[in-house]
Amino acid sequence: MANVGIVIVSHSAKVAEGAADMVRQMVGDQVPLAFAGGNADGGLGTDVGAIMAAIEAAWSDAGVAILVDLGGAETNSEMAVELLDEDRRGRVAVCNAPIVEGAVIAAAEASGGSPLAVVKQVAEELSPQ
Amino acid sequence: MTAAPPADLIARLIEAVAATVTAHADELTALDQAIGDGDHGLNMRRGFDAVLAERDATAAKPLPDALKAIGMTLVMKVGGASGPLYGTLIMTMGKELAAGATPADAVRAFGAAIDALKARGKSEPGQKTMLDVLVPVHAALVADPRADVAAIAAAAADATIPMKAIRGRASFLGDRSIGHMDPGARSSSLIIAAVAGVLEG
Repeated sequence: MANVGIVIVSHSAKVAEGAADMVRQMVGDQVPLAFAGGNADGGLGTDVGAIMAAIEAAWSDAGVAILVDLGGAETNSEMAVELLDEDRRGRVAVCNAPIVEGAVIAAAEASGGSPLAVVKQVAEELSPQ
Repeated sequence: MTAAPPADLIARLIEAVAATVTAHADELTALDQAIGDGDHGLNMRRGFDAVLAERDATAAKPLPDALKAIGMTLVMKVGGASGPLYGTLIMTMGKELAAGATPADAVRAFGAAIDALKARGKSEPGQKTMLDVLVPVHAALVADPRADVAAIAAAAADATIPMKAIRGRASFLGDRSIGHMDPGARSSSLIIAAVAGVLEG
Protein backbone atom coordinates (compact mmCIF):
# COMPACT_ATOMS: atom_id res chain seq x y z
CA MET A 1 0.00 0.00 0.00
CA ALA A 2 1.50 3.29 -1.05
CA ASN A 3 -0.54 5.49 1.29
CA VAL A 4 1.08 7.07 4.36
CA GLY A 5 0.45 5.01 7.50
CA ILE A 6 -1.07 6.42 10.69
CA VAL A 7 0.01 5.57 14.24
CA ILE A 8 -1.96 6.75 17.28
CA VAL A 9 -0.10 7.00 20.62
CA SER A 10 -2.05 7.75 23.79
CA HIS A 11 -1.38 7.35 27.51
CA SER A 12 -4.62 5.37 27.56
CA ALA A 13 -5.09 2.11 25.64
CA LYS A 14 -8.80 2.90 25.42
CA VAL A 15 -8.21 6.35 23.91
CA ALA A 16 -5.73 4.93 21.40
CA GLU A 17 -8.04 2.10 20.38
CA GLY A 18 -11.10 4.36 20.27
CA ALA A 19 -9.36 6.93 18.10
CA ALA A 20 -8.28 4.13 15.75
CA ASP A 21 -11.88 2.85 15.61
CA MET A 22 -13.01 6.33 14.56
CA VAL A 23 -10.38 6.49 11.83
CA ARG A 24 -11.44 3.09 10.50
CA GLN A 25 -15.11 4.06 10.44
CA MET A 26 -14.60 7.49 8.91
CA VAL A 27 -11.76 6.78 6.51
CA GLY A 28 -11.99 3.07 5.85
CA ASP A 29 -9.08 0.70 5.37
CA GLN A 30 -7.13 2.49 2.66
CA VAL A 31 -4.44 3.57 5.10
CA PRO A 32 -2.23 1.35 7.24
CA LEU A 33 -3.24 2.07 10.85
CA ALA A 34 -1.91 1.01 14.23
CA PHE A 35 -2.07 2.28 17.79
CA ALA A 36 -0.16 2.05 21.07
CA GLY A 37 -1.64 3.01 24.42
CA GLY A 38 -0.65 2.50 28.04
CA ASN A 39 2.63 1.57 29.67
CA ALA A 40 4.25 -1.86 29.71
CA ASP A 41 2.28 -2.81 32.85
CA GLY A 42 -1.07 -1.95 31.29
CA GLY A 43 -1.44 1.30 33.26
CA LEU A 44 -1.60 4.83 31.92
CA GLY A 45 1.57 5.83 30.09
CA THR A 46 3.38 5.16 26.86
CA ASP A 47 5.75 2.38 25.92
CA VAL A 48 8.62 2.93 23.47
CA GLY A 49 8.68 -0.75 22.48
CA ALA A 50 4.95 -0.76 21.76
CA ILE A 51 5.27 2.47 19.73
CA MET A 52 8.05 0.90 17.65
CA ALA A 53 5.84 -2.16 17.08
CA ALA A 54 2.94 0.08 16.00
CA ILE A 55 5.18 1.93 13.53
CA GLU A 56 6.23 -1.44 12.14
CA ALA A 57 2.58 -2.58 11.90
CA ALA A 58 1.51 0.60 10.05
CA TRP A 59 4.67 0.80 7.97
CA SER A 60 4.38 2.17 4.45
CA ASP A 61 7.14 3.09 2.06
CA ALA A 62 5.40 6.48 1.88
CA GLY A 63 6.11 6.90 5.59
CA VAL A 64 4.16 7.03 8.83
CA ALA A 65 2.49 9.95 10.62
CA ILE A 66 2.22 9.65 14.42
CA LEU A 67 -0.52 11.39 16.41
CA VAL A 68 0.09 11.76 20.17
CA ASP A 69 -1.80 13.06 23.19
CA LEU A 70 0.30 14.51 26.04
CA GLY A 71 3.99 15.28 26.56
CA GLY A 72 5.30 11.82 27.41
CA ALA A 73 3.61 10.36 24.34
CA GLU A 74 5.48 12.88 22.19
CA THR A 75 8.83 12.30 23.89
CA ASN A 76 8.45 8.52 23.78
CA SER A 77 7.37 8.64 20.12
CA GLU A 78 10.41 10.72 19.19
CA MET A 79 12.58 8.22 21.08
CA ALA A 80 10.96 5.33 19.21
CA VAL A 81 11.62 7.04 15.86
CA GLU A 82 15.25 7.53 16.78
CA LEU A 83 15.60 3.82 17.54
CA LEU A 84 14.31 2.78 14.08
CA ASP A 85 16.63 1.65 11.32
CA GLU A 86 18.41 4.61 9.76
CA ASP A 87 16.62 4.31 6.40
CA ARG A 88 13.23 4.56 8.11
CA ARG A 89 13.86 7.38 10.58
CA GLY A 90 13.44 10.14 8.01
CA ARG A 91 10.09 8.76 6.88
CA VAL A 92 8.27 9.07 10.21
CA ALA A 93 6.76 12.34 11.45
CA VAL A 94 5.33 13.13 14.89
CA CYS A 95 2.46 15.58 14.27
CA ASN A 96 1.68 18.52 16.53
CA ALA A 97 -2.08 18.04 16.37
CA PRO A 98 -5.02 17.00 18.57
CA ILE A 99 -4.95 13.22 18.72
CA VAL A 100 -8.48 12.28 17.63
CA GLU A 101 -9.20 15.01 15.09
CA GLY A 102 -5.60 14.86 13.91
CA ALA A 103 -5.73 11.12 13.33
CA VAL A 104 -8.98 11.32 11.36
CA ILE A 105 -7.90 14.25 9.18
CA ALA A 106 -4.40 12.83 8.64
CA ALA A 107 -5.87 9.47 7.63
CA ALA A 108 -8.37 11.15 5.28
CA GLU A 109 -5.52 13.06 3.65
CA ALA A 110 -3.36 9.93 3.49
CA SER A 111 -6.16 7.92 1.89
CA GLY A 112 -6.00 10.24 -1.13
CA GLY A 113 -2.34 9.39 -1.64
CA SER A 114 -0.82 12.61 -0.27
CA PRO A 115 2.86 12.51 0.72
CA LEU A 116 3.90 12.48 4.39
CA ALA A 117 4.75 16.20 4.51
CA VAL A 118 1.23 17.11 3.35
CA VAL A 119 -0.44 14.64 5.72
CA LYS A 120 1.51 16.18 8.61
CA GLN A 121 0.75 19.73 7.51
CA VAL A 122 -2.98 19.12 7.19
CA ALA A 123 -3.12 17.56 10.68
CA GLU A 124 -1.10 20.41 12.16
CA GLU A 125 -3.43 23.03 10.71
CA LEU A 126 -5.81 21.89 13.47
CA SER A 127 -3.43 23.23 16.15
CA PRO A 128 -3.59 26.89 17.21
CA GLN A 129 -0.77 28.74 15.48
CA MET B 1 35.30 7.87 38.49
CA THR B 2 38.44 5.76 38.22
CA ALA B 3 40.19 5.07 34.93
CA ALA B 4 38.95 1.49 34.75
CA PRO B 5 36.00 1.04 37.07
CA PRO B 6 35.76 -2.48 38.45
CA ALA B 7 32.53 -4.35 37.79
CA ASP B 8 31.89 -4.00 41.48
CA LEU B 9 31.68 -0.20 41.16
CA ILE B 10 29.05 -0.37 38.41
CA ALA B 11 27.05 -2.86 40.47
CA ARG B 12 27.25 -0.61 43.55
CA LEU B 13 26.15 2.42 41.53
CA ILE B 14 23.14 0.52 40.19
CA GLU B 15 22.22 -0.70 43.69
CA ALA B 16 22.58 2.74 45.26
CA VAL B 17 20.51 4.54 42.62
CA ALA B 18 17.81 1.85 42.57
CA ALA B 19 17.64 1.95 46.38
CA THR B 20 17.18 5.72 46.54
CA VAL B 21 14.57 5.71 43.76
CA THR B 22 12.63 2.96 45.56
CA ALA B 23 12.92 4.67 48.95
CA HIS B 24 11.62 7.97 47.53
CA ALA B 25 9.08 6.61 45.03
CA ASP B 26 6.08 7.73 47.08
CA GLU B 27 7.57 11.19 47.57
CA LEU B 28 8.24 11.56 43.82
CA THR B 29 4.70 10.45 43.04
CA ALA B 30 3.28 12.96 45.55
CA LEU B 31 5.32 15.77 43.95
CA ASP B 32 4.08 14.67 40.53
CA GLN B 33 0.46 14.55 41.72
CA ALA B 34 0.78 18.24 42.58
CA ILE B 35 1.92 19.42 39.16
CA GLY B 36 2.02 16.45 36.77
CA ASP B 37 0.14 13.23 36.21
CA GLY B 38 1.16 11.53 39.43
CA ASP B 39 3.21 8.67 38.06
CA HIS B 40 6.83 9.80 38.36
CA GLY B 41 7.67 7.67 41.41
CA LEU B 42 5.95 4.60 39.99
CA ASN B 43 7.60 5.05 36.61
CA MET B 44 11.07 5.59 38.02
CA ARG B 45 10.74 2.61 40.35
CA ARG B 46 9.62 0.39 37.45
CA GLY B 47 12.59 1.56 35.40
CA PHE B 48 15.20 1.12 38.10
CA ASP B 49 13.73 -2.23 39.22
CA ALA B 50 14.43 -3.38 35.66
CA VAL B 51 17.95 -1.92 35.77
CA LEU B 52 18.55 -3.66 39.10
CA ALA B 53 17.29 -6.98 37.68
CA GLU B 54 20.00 -6.72 34.98
CA ARG B 55 22.70 -5.63 37.42
CA ASP B 56 25.10 -8.54 37.01
CA ALA B 57 24.97 -8.58 33.21
CA THR B 58 25.36 -4.79 33.11
CA ALA B 59 28.22 -4.74 35.61
CA ALA B 60 30.16 -7.23 33.47
CA LYS B 61 30.28 -4.73 30.57
CA PRO B 62 32.84 -1.96 30.06
CA LEU B 63 31.54 1.33 31.51
CA PRO B 64 30.40 2.90 28.19
CA ASP B 65 28.41 -0.23 27.27
CA ALA B 66 27.02 -0.50 30.80
CA LEU B 67 25.72 3.08 30.61
CA LYS B 68 24.16 2.45 27.19
CA ALA B 69 22.45 -0.69 28.53
CA ILE B 70 21.09 1.15 31.58
CA GLY B 71 19.82 4.01 29.41
CA MET B 72 18.09 1.66 26.98
CA THR B 73 16.41 -0.23 29.84
CA LEU B 74 15.06 3.07 31.20
CA VAL B 75 13.80 4.07 27.73
CA MET B 76 11.96 0.78 27.37
CA LYS B 77 10.62 0.33 30.90
CA VAL B 78 9.82 3.68 32.52
CA GLY B 79 6.65 4.38 30.53
CA GLY B 80 6.61 8.17 30.94
CA ALA B 81 8.60 11.03 29.49
CA SER B 82 11.26 10.49 32.16
CA GLY B 83 12.23 7.23 30.38
CA PRO B 84 13.55 8.87 27.21
CA LEU B 85 14.89 11.80 29.23
CA TYR B 86 16.95 9.78 31.74
CA GLY B 87 17.63 7.20 29.03
CA THR B 88 19.02 9.81 26.66
CA LEU B 89 21.13 11.34 29.43
CA ILE B 90 22.70 8.03 30.45
CA MET B 91 23.02 6.56 26.93
CA THR B 92 24.74 9.73 25.73
CA MET B 93 27.22 9.51 28.60
CA GLY B 94 27.95 5.96 27.47
CA LYS B 95 28.46 7.08 23.86
CA GLU B 96 30.75 9.94 24.87
CA LEU B 97 32.92 7.98 27.29
CA ALA B 98 35.72 5.75 26.12
CA ALA B 99 36.87 2.87 28.26
CA GLY B 100 39.59 4.20 30.53
CA ALA B 101 37.97 7.61 30.87
CA THR B 102 39.39 10.11 33.35
CA PRO B 103 37.23 12.18 35.73
CA ALA B 104 37.66 15.13 33.34
CA ASP B 105 36.36 12.95 30.50
CA ALA B 106 33.38 12.04 32.64
CA VAL B 107 32.54 15.70 33.31
CA ARG B 108 32.80 16.45 29.58
CA ALA B 109 30.56 13.46 28.75
CA PHE B 110 28.07 14.69 31.35
CA GLY B 111 27.98 18.05 29.57
CA ALA B 112 27.36 16.39 26.20
CA ALA B 113 24.63 14.27 27.78
CA ILE B 114 22.94 17.40 29.13
CA ASP B 115 22.98 18.89 25.63
CA ALA B 116 21.33 15.72 24.28
CA LEU B 117 18.75 15.93 27.05
CA LYS B 118 17.95 19.55 26.14
CA ALA B 119 17.31 18.43 22.56
CA ARG B 120 15.19 15.45 23.62
CA GLY B 121 13.03 17.53 25.96
CA LYS B 122 13.17 20.70 23.80
CA SER B 123 13.95 22.50 27.05
CA GLU B 124 16.41 24.89 28.62
CA PRO B 125 17.31 25.64 32.26
CA GLY B 126 14.84 27.89 34.09
CA GLN B 127 11.77 25.98 32.90
CA LYS B 128 11.29 23.92 36.10
CA THR B 129 12.74 20.63 34.90
CA MET B 130 15.53 18.19 35.73
CA LEU B 131 17.86 20.48 33.75
CA ASP B 132 17.62 22.95 36.63
CA VAL B 133 19.50 20.42 38.75
CA LEU B 134 21.80 18.86 36.15
CA VAL B 135 23.11 22.12 34.66
CA PRO B 136 24.28 23.69 37.96
CA VAL B 137 25.80 20.38 39.05
CA HIS B 138 27.73 20.17 35.78
CA ALA B 139 28.87 23.79 36.11
CA ALA B 140 30.10 23.08 39.65
CA LEU B 141 32.05 20.03 38.47
CA VAL B 142 33.67 22.00 35.66
CA ALA B 143 34.80 24.59 38.21
CA ASP B 144 35.85 22.03 40.82
CA PRO B 145 35.84 18.27 40.20
CA ARG B 146 35.61 17.75 43.95
CA ALA B 147 32.53 19.94 44.39
CA ASP B 148 29.91 18.77 46.89
CA VAL B 149 27.45 17.80 44.17
CA ALA B 150 24.87 16.27 46.52
CA ALA B 151 24.43 19.59 48.34
CA ILE B 152 24.45 21.57 45.10
CA ALA B 153 21.84 19.25 43.56
CA ALA B 154 19.58 19.45 46.64
CA ALA B 155 19.74 23.26 46.66
CA ALA B 156 19.08 23.35 42.92
CA ALA B 157 16.02 21.11 43.32
CA ASP B 158 14.71 23.42 46.07
CA ALA B 159 15.23 26.34 43.69
CA THR B 160 12.67 24.85 41.28
CA ILE B 161 9.88 25.47 43.84
CA PRO B 162 9.24 29.13 42.88
CA MET B 163 9.73 28.47 39.16
CA LYS B 164 6.88 28.40 36.66
CA ALA B 165 6.77 25.29 34.47
CA ILE B 166 7.09 25.93 30.75
CA ARG B 167 7.75 22.40 29.48
CA GLY B 168 6.02 19.10 30.14
CA ARG B 169 2.72 18.29 31.72
CA ALA B 170 3.20 20.86 34.51
CA SER B 171 3.23 23.66 31.93
CA PHE B 172 -0.55 23.19 31.54
CA LEU B 173 -0.88 24.48 35.09
CA GLY B 174 0.90 27.75 34.32
CA ASP B 175 1.14 29.87 37.47
CA ARG B 176 -0.34 27.02 39.53
CA SER B 177 2.91 25.10 39.07
CA ILE B 178 4.62 27.75 41.21
CA GLY B 179 5.19 26.64 44.81
CA HIS B 180 5.85 22.96 44.09
CA MET B 181 9.22 21.29 43.64
CA ASP B 182 9.62 19.78 40.19
CA PRO B 183 9.53 15.96 40.51
CA GLY B 184 12.17 15.46 37.82
CA ALA B 185 14.47 17.94 39.56
CA ARG B 186 13.96 16.00 42.80
CA SER B 187 14.67 12.61 41.21
CA SER B 188 17.78 14.05 39.52
CA SER B 189 19.00 15.38 42.85
CA LEU B 190 18.40 12.01 44.55
CA ILE B 191 20.25 10.12 41.81
CA ILE B 192 23.19 12.54 41.87
CA ALA B 193 23.46 12.18 45.65
CA ALA B 194 23.42 8.38 45.34
CA VAL B 195 26.09 8.35 42.62
CA ALA B 196 28.25 10.81 44.55
CA GLY B 197 27.87 8.71 47.69
CA VAL B 198 29.27 5.65 45.91
CA LEU B 199 32.07 7.48 44.07
CA GLU B 200 33.20 9.37 47.15
CA GLY B 201 32.60 6.46 49.51
